[in-house]
Amino acid sequence: MIPASFAYHRPSSIKEAVTLLGSLGDDVRTIAGGHSLIPMMKLRLASPAHLIDLAGIADLKGIREDGEDVIIGAMTTQHEVIASDFLAKKIPILSETSIVIADPQVRYVGTIGGNVANGDPGNDMPAVMMCLNATYHAVGESGERRISAREFYQGAYVTALKPGEIVTAIRVPVPAAGHGHAYEKLKRKVGDYATAAAAVVLTASGGKVASCSIGLTNVAETPLWAEEASKIVIGSALDAATVKKAITAAEAITSPASDGRGPAAYRTKMAGVMLTRALDRAKARAGF
Amino acid sequence: MAKSQISMTVNGKKVEELVEPRTLLVHFLREQLHLTGPHIGCETSHCGACTVDLDGKSVKSCTMFAVQANGTDIRTIEGMAAADGTLHALQDAFREMHGLQCGFCTPGMIVRAYRLLQENKNPTEEEIRFGISGNLCRCTGYQNIVKAIQYAAAKLSGAPFQEAAE
Repeated sequence: MIPASFAYHRPSSIKEAVTLLGSLGDDVRTIAGGHSLIPMMKLRLASPAHLIDLAGIADLKGIREDGEDVIIGAMTTQHEVIASDFLAKKIPILSETSIVIADPQVRYVGTIGGNVANGDPGNDMPAVMMCLNATYHAVGESGERRISAREFYQGAYVTALKPGEIVTAIRVPVPAAGHGHAYEKLKRKVGDYATAAAAVVLTASGGKVASCSIGLTNVAETPLWAEEASKIVIGSALDAATVKKAITAAEAITSPASDGRGPAAYRTKMAGVMLTRALDRAKARAGF
Repeated sequence: MAKSQISMTVNGKKVEELVEPRTLLVHFLREQLHLTGPHIGCETSHCGACTVDLDGKSVKSCTMFAVQANGTDIRTIEGMAAADGTLHALQDAFREMHGLQCGFCTPGMIVRAYRLLQENKNPTEEEIRFGISGNLCRCTGYQNIVKAIQYAAAKLSGAPFQEAAE
């Protein structure tokens, strides 16, 4: 399991990285934590001629507030997300998600930027970012543009990121204080991708759902934002009949593959079960 | 492909070596530094037999290139015992509590448990099991591994040892 040869580059600024990306031709990959890319390289499913390591770029690290948003540097590791008291207080669904990704060793190295930018439908953060209505900062030689997470994912490993661009940060609008949240993931074992998973963020007012957003992981070619299901529960007290309607709407947008995690119909059903549990837990946390 | 010069601290010693960029850290440690404690198990980032401690993090050395570790401070199982050969409390605990059968996973287990106890001096049984969830023991000797880590934690913190429930 030895990867093909490549030239290694370790820029120390975003500008330097982007210039390298623009000058090294088509056969170039950036590497963050490398825990998706290196296994692919070992299997020779990826064999880039050039590897640009983003680990030496200080500007890609750190978690900070910017007005109503929190900005998370792309090279922030899952371990750092879990360890952040600030995130635990402001956007607790992020640490709840990070902690069910892979295993401790992988979380020390795997990054949030790699997780969202890779475009693997098995990654957990993309659906959570769609649920939170996050925005990705993408920097290329012509400057920075911002791409909504809800418009980023186009197919398995196909994203709105253009060649020559790097995701430098994730901008997450902080959900209202007192919001309820949950990430429910069904997996066969530690380290596995989800058979199905659901992310819920909601707010309540007067015993009813005031706002709600739902994301689904690994039940289609891309992560899913379940807009219709979210709309169905808004204004309700999350009574059984409404939840059932929302689950039906969420299941309807799934199109999972039949694989070792189960037949497609089972995985669709499990998406519904995960969503039911996530709604329950988010409801309890929102205090109604 | 041109080789890259890398330097790092391994088990307290400065090393400077030339490596191909594609050389994985585990191959570098085993074949160039002759530190064969980090084992090559699954090679797919699952089993944790290759775990080393790198700048205060437990890392699977089969899923990192040696060039990425340039400038870091690494500890392998070979660096756990004192210079005079006195075993680290975790090594002693694995012996006392029969925390190994075939021994293949042991270097990774001990190095991982070392970082776990650095971060949490008095972990519960559940925290230990969660903390070593990236390390597989195919003899399935988890019960005694957990017990060994509890024993080491107690010894290191001077607390009485409480055995995990059978």
